[in-house]
Amino acid sequence: MRELNPVLLKELRQRFRSYRSPLVVVLYLMVLGGFSLGFIYLRWRSAPAFFQPGSSKEIFTVLSMAQLGLLAFVVPGLTAGVISGERERQTLNVLLTTELSPLSIVVSKMVAACSFTALLLFASLPLYSLVFMYGGLAPVQILGVLAFFLVSMLLYAAIGVSCSTYFKRTGVSTVTSYGIVFFLVVGTGFLGGFIYELYQHQARMAMTNLQETPFIVQLLQDTNPVMVMLRILGEQATFGPGRDMWLPYWGTYAVTCIVLSVLLILWSGWKLNPMNHNRKLFR
Amino acid sequence: MNAIEIKSLTKVYGTNYALREFTLNIEAGRVYGLIGPNGAGKTTAMSILATLLAPDGGTATVGGYDVVKEPAAVRRLIGYMPDFFGVYDGLKASEYLEFYAAAYRIPAGERPRLTRDLLELVNLADKTDTYVDLLSRGMKQRLALARCLVHDPAVLILDEPASGLDPRARAEMKEVIRQLRRMNKTILISSHILPELAEMCDNIAILEQGRLVANGTVEEVTAARQGARILKIDVAEKLTELIEFLNNRPGVASVDGEPGWARISFTGNKTAQGQLLRDIMDRGWTVLEFAEIKGNLEDAFMAMTGEVE
Ligand SMILES: Nc1ncnc2c1ncn2[C@@H]1O[C@H](COP(=O)(O)OP(=O)(O)O)[C@@H](O)[C@H]1O
Ligand SMILES: [Mg+2]
Repeated sequence: MRELNPVLLKELRQRFRSYRSPLVVVLYLMVLGGFSLGFIYLRWRSAPAFFQPGSSKEIFTVLSMAQLGLLAFVVPGLTAGVISGERERQTLNVLLTTELSPLSIVVSKMVAACSFTALLLFASLPLYSLVFMYGGLAPVQILGVLAFFLVSMLLYAAIGVSCSTYFKRTGVSTVTSYGIVFFLVVGTGFLGGFIYELYQHQARMAMTNLQETPFIVQLLQDTNPVMVMLRILGEQATFGPGRDMWLPYWGTYAVTCIVLSVLLILWSGWKLNPMNHNRKLFR
Repeated sequence: MNAIEIKSLTKVYGTNYALREFTLNIEAGRVYGLIGPNGAGKTTAMSILATLLAPDGGTATVGGYDVVKEPAAVRRLIGYMPDFFGVYDGLKASEYLEFYAAAYRIPAGERPRLTRDLLELVNLADKTDTYVDLLSRGMKQRLALARCLVHDPAVLILDEPASGLDPRARAEMKEVIRQLRRMNKTILISSHILPELAEMCDNIAILEQGRLVANGTVEEVTAARQGARILKIDVAEKLTELIEFLNNRPGVASVDGEPGWARISFTGNKTAQGQLLRDIMDRGWTVLEFAEIKGNLEDAFMAMTGEVE
């Protein structure tokens, strides 16, 4: 069997062995659990007699929202320093002169960060048993949400790693990754809504109704994590009457996340090779 | 056969030429000293050879492989030690070497032995279990040198391996390099101190402002350097006029205006030197100091530059 890439091995060791890691896991679960229990408590207090299976879906929704928010917060933080950190520590150059290809270095960093995030995700699964106690959700929905988290995590990690490759400083890389992830989570939703309003306004001026959702709006809502997640959970979270796409909304979302991640990682590997540095500036 | 061939290598930062048409061939098995003051372009040249920097012009090959087109092949051939480098926290010296051995795809079974041999070679056998971040600078430098050797490369590129070391650590480093030379490696080693390299190297190339200003065996280069004497001339008044006068004077290879005094590279003999002093005084300058400066490397550079231009 081929041995694990030494960078991956070292990263995994650092991530899973350091005293900080259990702390991060505990903190993660506490925030997530506290948030959900707080929500249950508030619901129960306002109407003790009516705590129904219907609200277990609500809890699930709240829990998933919190999970998405935490992922968007934790993953860029875990990844935005992986390459620039080596550069700042002055260990990157030596690593690049070894037989490890730049791409394999990037992929190793990515895999290590994703393993740790996946650990956070799976560690939070017991919290979901709260929901099962009451029933109200199909198992396929729960698996769907889990898959949703995994592909989202992949994309956020790829964004962090590529920012870390592109920017020299970890500080700049961190701010930029958070900015991009924030835009993906919140911005695309608002943008979709805004563009939809423009179309609707136009239609109203022409005294007609929109027969189907405009393509760009449909694309934005099929790639906006919040809306996609709500739809997996069976909520009505769409603009307009909808539109036929090549894929169902969850397919569009998964394919977009995976393709973007792969492209970002390939680009990072290319970018990390010093010999490509001023390729396009060549005189 | 040439282990390294550098042809018209050029690197520009904005309008600043870090390397300008730098050409150099290094025969296999040679120890080549690359000398130049800070900012001369030594690190730039070595980074290009180490496939860490793309040149703006010219070509460089190591073992026949082009550094831009076949960087992976070049990486297998070279051991590169940067001028500044960091180490990972929480790694022991042996783990440090094993990590890089793995990065060079050395089979796991061979690593412990290799690590032991290398630590011995660089005199760190007793530091096997010491955390790398706790080693002294001299030890770190030697450990880095051991790191360059894990894949037994034919060519070593060492960027100022002895800089920042105290005399004792410097001597130890030199001893290791002498040993590597005996192992028949091609070594390119840089320094901003000529005498430091003179005793270790077969050949010496001197870089200044990105240009090659001298190249040859140690004897050739040091002899050329001895051809000119550096004189410090301090006068009480009209320094600018003095510099102008010196510039037009035969035997004066180059003139450098320091604040308050002039520094020249003079190729004439002692008699001519006395004549120069008399002429300066005859023209009305009050000479406060007129002396030869010895052993200062920068002055040697100045002498070299003077001869080329
Ligand atoms: N990344 C960089 N950006 C701009 N200028 C640089 C950069 N690296 C080096 N230089 C310039 O290139 C010249 C050569 O530098 P360097 O190769 O480090 O010299 P040396 O190693 O001989 O001291 C210097 O003038 C330096 O200021
Ligand atoms: Mg340097």
